[in-house]
Amino acid sequence: MDLLRFSTAGSVDDGKSTLIGRLLYDAKSIFEDQLDAIQLSSEIHGNGKINLALVTDGLRAEREQGITIDVAYRYFATPKRKFIIADTPGHEQYTRNMVTGASTAELAIVLVDARKGVLTQSRRHGFIASLLQIPHMVVAINKMDLVDYAEDVYQAITDEYQEFAQKLDVKNVTFIPISALEGDNVVEKSSNMPWYNGPTLLHYLETVKAGAEHNVVDFRFPVQYVIRPDQNFRGYAGQVASGSITPGEEVLVLPAGKTTRIKSIVSFEKEREEAHAEEDVVIALDDELELSRGGMIVRSRNRPTVTTTVDVDLCWMNEQAMQPDKLYVLQHTTRQVSAYVSKIIYRLDVNTLHREPAEKFELNDIGRVEIVTTQPIFVDPYKINRRTGAFILIDPDTNNTVAAGMVRGVAQDVEPVGSPQQGARAKSPDVVWEGLNLAREEREQRNGHGAAVLWFTGLSGSGKSTIARAFERRLFERNCQTMLLDGDHLRHGLCSDLGFSPADRAENIRRVGEVARLFYEQGSVTLCTFISPYRSDRDFVRSLVPEPGFFEIYVDCDLEVCRERDPKGLYRKVEDGQIDNFTGISAPYEAPTDPEITLHSDQQTVAESVETLIRHLEDRGILPPPQTEKPGR
Amino acid sequence: MLQESPVKTDLSAHLKWLEGEAVYVMREVAAQFERPVLLFSGGKDSICLVRLAQKAFWPGKIPFSLLHIDTGHNFPEALDFRDRLVEQLGVKLIVRSVQDSIDKGRAVEETGPNASRNALQIITLLDAIKELRCDAAIGGARRDEEKARAKERFFSHRDQFGHWDPKNQRPELWNTYNGRKNVGEHFRVFPLSNWTEMDVWQYIAQEGVEIPEIYFSHTREVVNRGGVLLARSDYITLLDDESYEERVIRFRTVGDMTCTGAVESTASTLDEIIAEVAAARVTERGGRADDKRSEAAMEDRKRRGYF
Ligand SMILES: Nc1nc2c(ncn2[C@@H]2O[C@H](COP(=O)(O)OP(=O)(O)O)[C@@H](O)[C@H]2O)c(=O)[nH]1
Repeated sequence: MDLLRFSTAGSVDDGKSTLIGRLLYDAKSIFEDQLDAIQLSSEIHGNGKINLALVTDGLRAEREQGITIDVAYRYFATPKRKFIIADTPGHEQYTRNMVTGASTAELAIVLVDARKGVLTQSRRHGFIASLLQIPHMVVAINKMDLVDYAEDVYQAITDEYQEFAQKLDVKNVTFIPISALEGDNVVEKSSNMPWYNGPTLLHYLETVKAGAEHNVVDFRFPVQYVIRPDQNFRGYAGQVASGSITPGEEVLVLPAGKTTRIKSIVSFEKEREEAHAEEDVVIALDDELELSRGGMIVRSRNRPTVTTTVDVDLCWMNEQAMQPDKLYVLQHTTRQVSAYVSKIIYRLDVNTLHREPAEKFELNDIGRVEIVTTQPIFVDPYKINRRTGAFILIDPDTNNTVAAGMVRGVAQDVEPVGSPQQGARAKSPDVVWEGLNLAREEREQRNGHGAAVLWFTGLSGSGKSTIARAFERRLFERNCQTMLLDGDHLRHGLCSDLGFSPADRAENIRRVGEVARLFYEQGSVTLCTFISPYRSDRDFVRSLVPEPGFFEIYVDCDLEVCRERDPKGLYRKVEDGQIDNFTGISAPYEAPTDPEITLHSDQQTVAESVETLIRHLEDRGILPPPQTEKPGR
Repeated sequence: MLQESPVKTDLSAHLKWLEGEAVYVMREVAAQFERPVLLFSGGKDSICLVRLAQKAFWPGKIPFSLLHIDTGHNFPEALDFRDRLVEQLGVKLIVRSVQDSIDKGRAVEETGPNASRNALQIITLLDAIKELRCDAAIGGARRDEEKARAKERFFSHRDQFGHWDPKNQRPELWNTYNGRKNVGEHFRVFPLSNWTEMDVWQYIAQEGVEIPEIYFSHTREVVNRGGVLLARSDYITLLDDESYEERVIRFRTVGDMTCTGAVESTASTLDEIIAEVAAARVTERGGRADDKRSEAAMEDRKRRGYF
């Protein structure tokens, strides 16, 4: 028997409580005396018949208001699995609870009322599941009994949600039509919906792969507690956060930065030959080193990022709003350091996913910020490692947990959304931005397609220009208005005064970004091919283009392949020592962490890459759907 | 007498996970607090806690004491067991008794046939926490026990009066536990939060944990009071129409003899108990007379600082 943790969310009255009541009831996890109490409650609250929803109802204050306001945990088991449900209320104000429930879940059930269809809340749940990196999502379309079990209602909701879900980062989305009240497709297959061939909800919960999201590659061992039974033994107790390790392996201890070897791995049962993710063990090392709680043991060749500035997604969870420059306590794995929010890049409107400027975060706000810590922390991006990418902020005055954070990476000094930009704009403060004469939407309507900026980034020789050219030709043939901005072209004109230092590269990209923005406002599908090695530069351009118009396209190609292709003979010149600061060789390339599209030009043909791009723009509604072939040739 | 321990098998995946979580929480307590104690009631949940603590600090010793809040109404078998366990492990046991609180005038004994000392335990416990300057008390409560507990945290904050405020609980994310507090405040910590009664039994069976014999079927004199079977003891006053009768029973919890109900059962091995629990239709606390007093009884007691 294994274990699956899932969260449930739904708007008020979507039937979430009824569904959980049903699962518990059918799995015989409601006990008789609880049933008695529920019956009693049903009578007191005046509705007479047994109300399954009351199973999941908790505290008295909440009962009086008739809504649940905190995460409640429920348990049931079938012969195959034990389940832990984090039951989170779906009310507008309760983003905090949803984030809390999602933090430990491997699967999210999003309830949709078949009569109401996809609501803002349904989207918000999906977004939070994605933000917290829950790998599986079930959209349970409930109250099918009230829409005559109609397939087209189910289909319409499925289509609409599917389209939205493509914007999210959830690996696996499943749709199941149910009636929580009547029991259709919850535990038993429904005879009312012969058109549905998928699994029942419970069957799906029992068979979906559990534990799949663990990072088994990167060994990370945050030290929790030091155990010293006598002078001869010094052991570091902790839970393996990810990866695995064996005695004899060379390791690095942080923050000391010293290497040593694993002497032994001890647990109550026996000496261990290996320790795996999620196991609690005690590790002894060959050498006596400076190491205590808050330190971390890692492999010397696979290290986390050691940093004092982080770029994070943050959710504010306290009634007291964030105070800029206030020192909070940041708790990351077993480590506590002081930290402050140095910059708010944007706040997200969780309903529309729009990015908006903000001075501070208030309760339930989610967005992207940069944080500075007084001591280094040892982090991985949350997307790669849920354990070493997560942290909380604590207010040292109240001791409350006030925020939850998910690390993107080292802070890149990204310009906040909506702030006056550096450089040229800052130097002419009196210029007023009047708004364009013709709105972009009008132009888009006439063009028959949306405007967009497609930013191709990648090493020299990775194929950015080749792909973009072929792609532009395809767009042109489909009557699209396009423009291609190529690095080399702009450097001959607009940017001919700039070199290749980081500052000049940044200015180059800034100018290009502004030009791209103008073409965008003019309604074009604007293709930009620039090596653009720095994340912060690319993020700057992203910040200029309103959501969802910007697409970062990472043309990923092995350096060796680029070197072999060497279309402009540049790599040869580098080898001959004629070029300095060459990206990928003598200057850094920061690969995108979160691109909209990745093209593997060393594995795909140009035509395949073009196809990928076309599909993506169609899916996003930038391009109209493809012309279907007329039947009856 | 200690029950024979069955042959140990490999833990099943879900128990391994639950054990891992509980051990992690134990270590967090040792690391984050200065003077923690483990609340030991003598019941199977606290016996599991002790085993988990043993595992968490192996090869070292458990770095905190056990605290028993003694109602004075114990099953003798449970007391025997407690003393043997403490001796085996070499941990320190601290006992604070409700009787002392009554003698000192801190608590007033309930009267009447259903008088119970369960509610009085709160006073003794809070006094002990203050006296011993504990900043954390580890308890064996589980979220599946009662509705009011479904929202309880692993690290549950108590204000300087020992009170719990359901409206002011800290969000608890991932496995990051925030144990920061002001002087005079403390935490209750519940490593078994995610366990169910079934999990505890399976763990006891698979892990070979010894438990007092009163959990197993035996013949005993009991009185049926309002559907609750209470064991014969000096602490119970029979009502006019009541009498003791012999029944084949066992106990599902071990607590105050005046309010811990027995269930009729022939289950004399762990496997039989597990089979019985699987088929059971009454929650554990259902056997406790005091939970039935009011719908929100538990919640009220929790606010005031009950375990
Ligand atoms: N007809 C029908 N009613 C349902 C279904 N599921 C829930 N309901 C009803 O919808 C109402 C709200 O349900 P509840 O579970 O309290 O919703 P919650 O707010 O999401 O927890 C109740 O009156 C339920 O009986 C269903 O599948 N079909």
